[in-house]
Formats: sequence, structure tokens, C-alpha cells
Amino acid sequence: MILYSISTAYNRGILSLFLGLSLCCAGCDEIWNDPNPANQTNEVIMYTDFSERPKFLDPAKSYAAAESRFIGQIYEPPLQYHYLLRPYQLEPLLATQMPSMSYYDAHNVLLAENAEPTQIAYTVYEITIKPGVLYQNHPAFSKNAQGEFLYHQLSQQQLHHVQEINDFPIQQTREVTADDFAYQIKRLAQPALNSPILGLMSKHIVGLDEFSQILFADFNHLPEKMREMGYMDLRPYTFPGVEVVDKYTYRIKVIGKYPQFPYWLAMNFFAPMPWEAEQFYAQEGLIKKNIILDWYPVGTGPYVLAVNNPNRQMVLARNPNFRAEYYPTEGMPEDVDVGLLAPAGKRLPFLDKIVFNLEKESIPRWTKFLQGYYDLSSVGSDNFQQAMVINNNSASLAPELKNKGIKVYSTISESIFYWGFNMLDPVVGGYEDKNRALRQALAIAMDTEEFIAIFLNEQGIAAQGPIPPGIEGYQSGKEGVNPYVYTWKDNQPLRLPLEHARELLAQAGYPDGRDAQTGEQLVLHYDVITTGDPVEKARFAWMQKQLNKLNIDLNIRATDTNRFREKMSTGYAQIFSWGWSADYPDPENFLFLLYGPNSRVGTEGVNSANYQNPVYDKLYEQLQNLDAGPQKDQIITQMLAIIRADSPWVWGFYPQAYSLAQVWNGALKPNEVASNTYKYYTIDAQTRATLRKQWNRPILWPLLLAVLGMLLLCLPMAVVYWRKNKQVHHLRVKEE
Amino acid sequence: MWAYIIRRILYAIPILIGVNLLTFLLFFVVNTPQDMAVVHLGDRYVTQEAIDRWIVTNGYDKPTFYNPKAQGIDKISDTLFYQQSMRLFTFNFGTSDTGREIGHDISERMWPSLALAIPSLLLGLGLNVMLALLMVLFRGTQIDTWGVTICVALMSISGLFFIITGQYVLAKLFKWVPISGYESGLSAIKFLALPVLVSVIAGIGSGVRWYRTLFLEEINKDYVRTARAKGLSDIAILFKHVLKNALIPILTGVVVLIPSLFLGSLLLESFFAIPGLGSYTIDAIRAQDFAIVRSMVFLGSVLYILGLLLTDISYTLVDPRVRLN
Repeated sequence: MILYSISTAYNRGILSLFLGLSLCCAGCDEIWNDPNPANQTNEVIMYTDFSERPKFLDPAKSYAAAESRFIGQIYEPPLQYHYLLRPYQLEPLLATQMPSMSYYDAHNVLLAENAEPTQIAYTVYEITIKPGVLYQNHPAFSKNAQGEFLYHQLSQQQLHHVQEINDFPIQQTREVTADDFAYQIKRLAQPALNSPILGLMSKHIVGLDEFSQILFADFNHLPEKMREMGYMDLRPYTFPGVEVVDKYTYRIKVIGKYPQFPYWLAMNFFAPMPWEAEQFYAQEGLIKKNIILDWYPVGTGPYVLAVNNPNRQMVLARNPNFRAEYYPTEGMPEDVDVGLLAPAGKRLPFLDKIVFNLEKESIPRWTKFLQGYYDLSSVGSDNFQQAMVINNNSASLAPELKNKGIKVYSTISESIFYWGFNMLDPVVGGYEDKNRALRQALAIAMDTEEFIAIFLNEQGIAAQGPIPPGIEGYQSGKEGVNPYVYTWKDNQPLRLPLEHARELLAQAGYPDGRDAQTGEQLVLHYDVITTGDPVEKARFAWMQKQLNKLNIDLNIRATDTNRFREKMSTGYAQIFSWGWSADYPDPENFLFLLYGPNSRVGTEGVNSANYQNPVYDKLYEQLQNLDAGPQKDQIITQMLAIIRADSPWVWGFYPQAYSLAQVWNGALKPNEVASNTYKYYTIDAQTRATLRKQWNRPILWPLLLAVLGMLLLCLPMAVVYWRKNKQVHHLRVKEE
Repeated sequence: MWAYIIRRILYAIPILIGVNLLTFLLFFVVNTPQDMAVVHLGDRYVTQEAIDRWIVTNGYDKPTFYNPKAQGIDKISDTLFYQQSMRLFTFNFGTSDTGREIGHDISERMWPSLALAIPSLLLGLGLNVMLALLMVLFRGTQIDTWGVTICVALMSISGLFFIITGQYVLAKLFKWVPISGYESGLSAIKFLALPVLVSVIAGIGSGVRWYRTLFLEEINKDYVRTARAKGLSDIAILFKHVLKNALIPILTGVVVLIPSLFLGSLLLESFFAIPGLGSYTIDAIRAQDFAIVRSMVFLGSVLYILGLLLTDISYTLVDPRVRLN
């Protein structure tokens, strides 16, 4: 009886709770699964994600795409890539015009514009910046009425109330000057910053190498506390590579002729840095609270970093000091049809905020996109089957997504993935005909098209050489085919038959995959980093299968990252896989991957295959100094012919990327080289709010079902307990 | 008791030095400063000179354990091991290789971890104990048999399955809660509801079976027979007497866990995008950030030792017969 009462009361309670909850929900129009604050619903905010926390946000240190997404919107270098024009074109950003170039000989005599590259000892780039450009508001600039900095020597009391940069009540700004650009170039040599491009820039900017050595020596003489803080006041230092002409003009002196240098001026490494910021952040109390320049940028761009929580969320908010910059009025003919020129001439940026949420796992990321909580999504291997449909070797958007109005964008990355041969290896390396024949045979056997189909869901294009589409020197059609691996048939490249590969193998001294002298089967070694990814085993099996076609055995030498690097640096690896993403859209940035002096062994350079060909190297040296034009194209063609014949790589593929945008996103154009494109994006927040509500109404009937299920579960327990008690009662009665 | 606690704390010092030494050796065997430099500088345009400078500016150029060039105590203190590891004893974790203060990061990230772990622990404990007591109440019946079967089935299922199913059903299909994310304060509830539920359900199988075993052991003792003889109901015996007497083993399992709750859950935090400490160490290992790894291993050891000490102390609270001396 008691149990019955308890059970009834319990059931009534649950039922009332459920009914109350249901009524409550029926009465309100709210969606329950919205991860964003309700008050943001109608704001012009773009929601997107990041999967990897940024390591550095300092423009002298940051070199990863995951970081450029943030600082590309905050810092502004002198130049940028045009948003719409293709092939990619540089245009002024903070500069008033493209830098002027002057050539000088070894005696500092000015040369003509068409001077022979061999005569040119230095190139001077003169850059004039826009006047009136302001930094974002920041405590580093805040001064009192006497002109003294308010926060450069913080007391314990002041520090007590500071948890983040926004806690400083007075935040001021100042105008950008040429000194700030020169200061940033000096920062590239600051030893505590360890800029990743110092090594490369030291080869190009006059005196940078010597300057870095001076700074390193001075740094080591600093008091230990200063060394720990990593701060050096660089204002008193000068070096011949950088000269400030006046408030708005500065010059960079480059060794020889280096036509690719302007591309570097479109990177954040060359964005202005105010000395006040460095001095402000060099305070122990701030460092202890992680308030450092690396995490709180001071830029001039359209956005400022309003929330910096790399463990959860990064928020970029509109910079109130951003100057008047306008959407481009010129584009490609096809841009008009898709509405890319609709906002032409309008003031940038369009978005009030950009919210980046940390999502490490693909399932929640994809679900949030489908629910409308992310405005953009990439298409990876995890969600490809749900997002895309493959018909006749081409992918299109899945009907479910099409019905939602989701748009798909496809781009070929300015990058290449390849399998390389260590040219120093006695078996796969070497430059004799038999060595070439072996590598060409292997290149034919490695069916890249099959690899793309199996492992990349057809997201890639089989490479014919190191230069990807969209870069000068890339040739499509019959002319662009690698004749050592393909033939041209039915208007498309066709892989040469395996018989041809077997013939080449025989020429190499391995008929039917066996050593002609010893009769032993040829065993090759694939050196690779193992990550524990289950797909890895399938990839290894695929590799082995490809070589088995030629009766060659492939031994997988899987190792960790450090040991792999060691093998590559010592020349112990035999066959390896590697990838390269362009720093800038110029063929030089791909062809230098096979330039002899860049060999991995000995110089730790980018030539991982340790390929050395004097003719190729000489052509590369010529190419380095050439501006775009027929002469350059001719040299590229010659270089491609040499490396295709030598086959130091199996050319692999150029990855293709698909990205998705919700129906409420304005037209956007993927850009593989620029990182500052968020300022061009538009969002229709009203449509988003309406559709989100439609898509995310909670389903309530399972709640009722769950309550009923629990009651049903209680029933057998009640019955058993009742029977048990009855039995005990009978026994007691009997005993009595 | 105080003498006992002080003695235990003193015992902890050599253990912590040993842990530090082992971590240091293991990390440096597989990961030289050269490797660390390459990871941080990237391998696109890295030069040997840049690597050497990174090693110097980050203090990895000192001798490992003994500095013959230094004078006096500096022979020991001006070494890599001392500089990198010994200051941890003052909870000075230093900065990570990305320049962030580790202590500050830990203090920020431990709160979301606790916000997830404490309700998971309390709700899980309450539910597991209650279910285990019910199974003991119905021992020998079909309910008990089915209960054990379901527990074994739940134990056999990977935690990942519960996470993915929970996200699919409750967040994607029924749209009751956000699938992932986190907010501080009261707004955290809607984000934590699903991970807490998943954590509780994933722990039911092993938890209920463990507590059931404890209670079954107690149920056959003399005091239970005496209670029955006095006419007490099964419910009163179980919830009043058996539960109280089974508290010591329950505490052993639970109190030792309390300090480690700070360290968070790797899987749950990763799938539900909770910015806790769970993924901090793993991210650091991937990034080869030795400073963070060393700090987290040290902190883990301290918390584990603290957990064991708290367990001992808690015995005296639940069982007056136990005295620490």
C-alpha cells in the first residue's frame, strides 16, 4: 500500500513535470539547441569554426593558415591580392600604389629598368603608405594630458583589475607611419621572436643576416629578466636593408633582382607594428596574465580581436578606426552572373562580427552547419558522403543540401602532394638512364587517379608536374601532359600501359622486378610518418599494391615525426610522401622545390628529394630574375621537360577543396592565397534567424515516451516487491 | 593525525622528484631540443642557425643534469633539469613554448573541467548506488539477472558510442540541446546537460556492478541478519545500514578521484568543445610543448597523491575505528 502510494505520488510528480515542461515549451517559440546567445539572433555576425588553436598571432612569427584566418583580418601589409581577379593579382592595401623598383649595380649606380639581371646588385623597393591610417584603439597608445603613457609602467594596483586587454578603461590610437613598417622588418631579426622567414629573408634583404647576429649578441647580454620576457627595444637599431625616407615612405633594399619580393609584401610579416605595443606588453604582470602581443594583436585592419579564448572562442569585431575601403568594382566576367559584383563600391567590411568556435570533432561541426549555426563549412572526408554525390567521376551537391539552398564552391589548391625519391639513394636515386627508367616505371605504376578516387573522393587532379593550375607555367591540354607517364587520347591524358613500365624496369636492370645480376626480387622502402589513422593502413596497402603490379616488394618503414625528419635530413629515406602549399602564386615557389642548392641533406632546404641537375639549376637562377612573360614561360617549359625526364617525384596530385555556404550568405569567391577576405563577405541575418527557427524546433514526443518507459520499468519492480513482501508476510503468519 | 599527514607529504617529495625525472628523461629521449625547435619554427625555411638560436633563446642549451663550468650550487641549479623541472615544486609552471603562462592557462581551463566532472561524478554516484541497491533488493530475481546483463552490455560498449549516439539522438534528431559548445555561468547548463548525461550513462555499467558487489558482500554479514530479526524492512536495512557500512570502499573509489577531476575528460571535452584541461596535455604532446607536458604530469602526480591522502583521512570520518598514526 505504502509502495503504491509512493509510486503513485512519484508518477504524478513526473507527469506534472512533463506536462508543465511541455506546456512551457508549447507556449514559447524558442529553440533549445542554439549554441549562440539569444540576443545575437538578428546581428550581422558570421559564425564559423576553427579546429586547431592558433599558436602565434604575432605577425613576425605566424606562418600557419590556421593563424592567418585571424590575423589576416587584423594586420594589414602594404599589398594584398585582388579579391576577384584571376590569375591572382597584387594591389595596394596600406600602400598608396604598387612599390616602385630601382635597380643598382655593385657601385650603387642606378641602372635602367631593363638592365641585365647579372648587372643588378641591389633592387630598392620604395613604398609610400596611405596617410591617416589609424591603429585600433589600444592601451599601448593611451597618454595623459602631459603626453606620458598611462599604462607602460603598470603598478600592482592597476594590474589587479586587469584580466584582459579590454579591462583598460582608456584606449587611444595613433596614425601609422613608415617607421612602424621598418620596425616590423627589424622584428624579423629579433632573436626571441624566432621568425620563421628570417633564414629566407636574410638571403634577400641587404644586411638582415648581419643585423640578426648583432641583435642575437646584444640579446645574450640583456639581464635575465629581459631575456625571459623576450623584449628588445629595436628603435635605436638600424641596418642597410631598410630606410625610412619620410613619415609615409620607406625603402627596402633587396639583394640582386628578386621579382617575387612584392608577394612577400602582401604577407603579414610586413604589416606595421607600433613600438608602443611591444613596450606595453613587456611588463611582467601582463605576461603572467597571458596578455602578450602574441595573443592580443594591435592592427589597422577591418576587425579587432574582441574575444581571445583559443580554448573556446575567438571573436573578431568591427574596428571603429578602420579607414574607408570599398568593395572592388572590377571582376571576372563570370563574377557578374553570380552576384559577386552586386556590392561593388560599397564600404567594407559588411559583417559586424565574426565568431570562430573551437570544434575539434567533425560530427558536431557538421551537425551545427546543418542546423544553421555555422554559416560556412568545408567538405572533408568525414562529411563528404553526406554533402556530395559523385556521378561520372564528378561531384555535385547532395539533393538534401540543394533543397536547403546551400551553395557549393570548388577550388584547386595552390599546392601539390607528391611521392618523392631520395636522389642520393643507391637504388632509386642517380641520374643514369637506368636510374631514370626505374623511377619512370614506378611513376607509371603508381596510379594517382585511383588514389584520388579511393582516398580523396575524387577531390583532386592528377599532377603532370610541380606547378598547379592557376599558376603561370601550368599548361592544360595535350601540351601540359607528362609524356613519361601519360599519353594523350580522346582529349584527355591516359596513363601509359603497365607493359611500358615493365620494359622500363627491364632497362633499369630489374626484368620482372628482379635484379638481373642476382635474381633477387627488388625491395623498395617507403619512409612515412605514422599517425595511427585507420586510413593509413589502407594507404600503405594501396602503395604496396601499386608496386606489386611490377612484381616489386614495398617495405613500409613507418616512424614518428622526429625520426622521419632525421631520416630526411641525413638522406636515409628512400621513397617518401611530401606536400607543398604555395607562399605566393608564382612558379618560382614550386620550381625551387627541386633547385640543387635547396637540398634537404646538408642545407635543410625545401628540396626534399635532394635533386641536383646543373642545367635545371642554371635555368632556375635565370627564372628567379625574370618578370612574367614569354621568356619566363619558355624557361619553365624547359625546366619541366628536364624534371619530367628525371622523375625525382611521382608527381602526385593537386588537391581540390569544396566548401559550402548557407543560403543566407552573399556571393563569395574562394581565394587560395589571400587570408583577408572576410571583409568582403555578407550575411542576411533576418533570413538566417527565420530558417534557424524552422530547422530547429524541438521534438517533444520522445519526452513523453521516456517517462512512460520509466514507469513501465518500475512496474515489474513493484510487482516483484509486492510478491516478496506477501511471501514474507505468509511465513511470519505461519511462524506465529 | 597531523603527524601522519605531514609524514605523507614528506613521502610525496621523492615521489614527485622521481616523476619529474622520469618525465624529463622520457621526453628528452624521444624529443631532442633540435626536434622541438623544428616543430616550432616549421620546416619550410628553417636553417640550422635559426634552430641553434631557438635552442639558446628558449634555454635548452644548458647542460642536462650537471654544469661543470658553473660554480658552487650552480653546478646543479644551472642545468636544464633543474631549471625546467625543479621550480614546479613552487607551482611555478613557467611559460609554454608559445609564450603563454601555463599556470594562468591551467587556472582558466580547470573550471570548465570541474563544471563537467562534478555533476557527472555526483549524479553518477547517486544513480549507480541507487541502482545497485535496487538490484540487491531484488537479488535472485529476474530483475537482478536482467540488471546485471544490461550492466555487462553497457560495460562492453565504448564511451565514444554513447557520445555519438547522445549527440545524434538528443542534439541532432530531437534538437533538445546544443550539440557542442560552452558558456560560463548559468548558461553552461544547456551545454553541460548532454555531456553529463552521457558521462553518467557510460559509467552505469561498471559503477552499478561494482557497488552491487560491495552491497552483496555486506548483505550477508551478521548485523544484517540481526536487523532482519528485529523486523526491519529490506529497504530500511539496505538504505540505512548496508549503505552506511559499505561507505569505506565507496569512498576509496570516489575520494581518490576528486582531485583528478580538475584534469578533465579528454573525449567528452573534445567532442562537446568544452574548454577544459582534458585536451590540454594531448594538444601539448602533439605540439611537442615540453613545458606544458611536464607541468601537467607534475600536477597529475600531486593531485593523485592528494587524492590518496584524502582517502585515508575520509576513512576516519566514516569509520570511527580507523585512526591515522
